[in-house]
Amino acid sequence: MTDAQANTNEEFAIQLINMNKWYGDFHVLKDINLNVKEGERIVICGPSGSGKSTVIRCINHLEEHQKGQILVHGEEITGDVKQLERLRTDVGMCFQHFNLFPHLSILDNLTLAPIWVKKVPKAEAEATAMKYLERVKIPDQALKFPGQLSGGQQQRVAIARSLCMDPKIMLFDEPTSALDPEMISEVLDVMIELANEGGMTMLCVTHEMGFAKKVADRVIFMDAGQIIEENIPEEFFNNPQSERTQLFLSQIIDH
Amino acid sequence: MFVTDKILPELPAPQNTKGIVHWLKVNLFSGPVNTILTLFGLFLLYKIVPPAVQWVITDATWVAETRDTCRGEGKGACWAYIINRFDQVMYGFYPADERWRPNVAGIFLVLLAIPLFIEKTPKKAWLAGFILVIYPIIAYFLIRGGSFGLVPVDTNKWGGLMLTLIISFAGIVTALPLGVILALGRRSTMPIVKSFSIIFIEFWRGVPLITVLFMASVMLPLFLPEGTDFDKLARAMIGITLFQAAYIAEVVRGGLQAIPKGQYEAASAMGLSYWKSMALVILPQALTLVIPGLVNTFIALFKDTTLVLIIGLFDVLAVVEKVLSADAAWLGFHTEGLVFSAFVFWIFCFAMSRYSMSLERKLDTGHKR
Repeated sequence: MTDAQANTNEEFAIQLINMNKWYGDFHVLKDINLNVKEGERIVICGPSGSGKSTVIRCINHLEEHQKGQILVHGEEITGDVKQLERLRTDVGMCFQHFNLFPHLSILDNLTLAPIWVKKVPKAEAEATAMKYLERVKIPDQALKFPGQLSGGQQQRVAIARSLCMDPKIMLFDEPTSALDPEMISEVLDVMIELANEGGMTMLCVTHEMGFAKKVADRVIFMDAGQIIEENIPEEFFNNPQSERTQLFLSQIIDH
Repeated sequence: MFVTDKILPELPAPQNTKGIVHWLKVNLFSGPVNTILTLFGLFLLYKIVPPAVQWVITDATWVAETRDTCRGEGKGACWAYIINRFDQVMYGFYPADERWRPNVAGIFLVLLAIPLFIEKTPKKAWLAGFILVIYPIIAYFLIRGGSFGLVPVDTNKWGGLMLTLIISFAGIVTALPLGVILALGRRSTMPIVKSFSIIFIEFWRGVPLITVLFMASVMLPLFLPEGTDFDKLARAMIGITLFQAAYIAEVVRGGLQAIPKGQYEAASAMGLSYWKSMALVILPQALTLVIPGLVNTFIALFKDTTLVLIIGLFDVLAVVEKVLSADAAWLGFHTEGLVFSAFVFWIFCFAMSRYSMSLERKLDTGHKR
C-alpha cells in the first residue's frame, strides 16, 4: 500500500491500486494494479467473465469498487457526486451497445452533454459536433435518428459523442462486439485514427487482436478477475508467458 | 456450382391480393361461419342503428317552450329540454352576469393551446410551461373573483361542464408531475425516499375515490382547527390529484423500467447529473412509451370527476341528473339527460384518445426494434 501511494504521480492518467470488487459474495476483481501513463493506449483482453469490462467501468465509477484506490489524474475517486460529474467530463466512454439516445437526433445526441454539462453555447456545440461527425465520416446523418443508422454508424456516432466532451481519457467497452462482421472495420478505422493522433489516453476492452497489434502500447490479459499478463503487443502475441494467455491466444487466433 | 450476375427486377404484387372485393372476401366472407356472423352482424346493425338515429336526430324536438311540445306519438328525443337550460349545464349556479369570466378563461386557454399544435411555433416548452403553471393561477383569479374589482363567486356556485373541465385540467396538470416524482422516488436508492413513495402510492391506490372524497369533505374538517374554512372544491381537487398521482406513478414506473440500463449509464458517463439525465434522457423516452397508459389514467380522471356529486358539487352530470330533472315543468326526460352527458364525456375522452395517438406517432423516432 505504501509502495503504491509513493507511486502516486501526476503523470499517470489512471492508477489502479490494489482494487477489489465484489458482486455480493462473488469476488469479480482481485487486487488489480495498473498504472496508465498520460497518452498511453492500452488494450485489455480476456475470456468473458474475466472482469475486463468491470475494470474500465470502475474507472468512471459506473461500478463501485469496494477496496483499494482508483486515481484519475492523481485524484482519488470517492464516489462524491460533484467529483464524479467533473471526472466524467474528462473521461469519455463507448459502450458495446452504443447507448445512443433514441429520442434525439444524431446532432442532439452529440450536443446534449456539451450544452447541459459544460454550458457550451448551442451554436458552438453544434459546430463541434459537426466537426467530430466529419471525423467519423458521417456528417450527412446529423439530422437522422439513431434508429435509422446501421450498427457501425451508430458506434461511430457514439465515439463522436464522447469526443464532443473533449475528454482526456477514452474508455472503450467492447466497441465492436455487437456489430455485424462487415461493420467492424469502419469502427476500428476510426479508433485507429484516434489512437494514431496521440495525446489521448485510451483503454480499450476488445477481442480485436489486429487492433491491439496496430495501436496498443501495452496489452493486458485478464482471467478470473486478475491481471494475468501484461506486455508490449509484440512480446504478448509472439511470446506469451503464462499458460492461460497461450491457451486464450490459441483459441481466438485459430478461428 | 451456381453463379449469376443478373439482378432480378422488382415486380408488382399479384392482382388478386388487393382491392375492396378481395378485402371483403378475406375479412368478412372467408368461410361459412364468418359469412353467417357477418350477416348476423349486419342484421343487428339494421335493427339498432336506424331507430337510434331516428330517436336522436330525425324525430327529435330541438325547440320547445313547454314539455308538451316534446310529447306525442312518434316524437323522439327532447333536446329542447337540454337547450333551454344549456347555461346551467355549462356553468351550474355561476351567476349569469359573471359568466363572461369563465368564457374569457376558456377562450384564453384555447388561444394559448393552438400554437402548441402548430409545428413551427418557437419556444413551445415555454408556452406549455406557461399553460401548465401560470395560466391556472390567472384562470383561478378570474373565475373566483374577489380581487381586481371582480365580484367574488364562491366555488360552491361553480358547476356544470365548467366545473368538470376545471377539476380535470387542474387534476391532470398537478397529478402528472407528482406522479413522475413518486415514480422516480419509488426507484430511488435512498431508503427514506423509496419507502415514503411506496407507502404513499399503495395508500392512495388502495382506497376507493369515493372514500377519499368523503374523507376530504367530511372527515378532514374534523381534524382542522375550529373555524378554518377550507374550500370544498379545493379539498375535492386535492383528493382527486393525490389519488390519480398514485396511479400515474405506477404507469410512469412501468416506463422507467422499460428503459435499458445502458441509457442511464450513457447519460451518467457523460457527466449528466441525476436530474439532468432524468429530464433530458430517461423521462422523455419513458413518458413517450407510456402515453397509452397515461391517457388511460387521464380519461379515468376525467370521468371520475363525476363523483364530486356525492360531496355536493355539481358537475355536468350532476346538473343534468339532479338539477334539471328536478324541474317540475320538465319532468320525464331522464333518458335525454343521460344520453347528453354520456355524449359530452365521450367527446372529450375521444379527443384525448385521438390526441394521444397522434402524439405517439409524432414522437416515434423509429427506435423500436
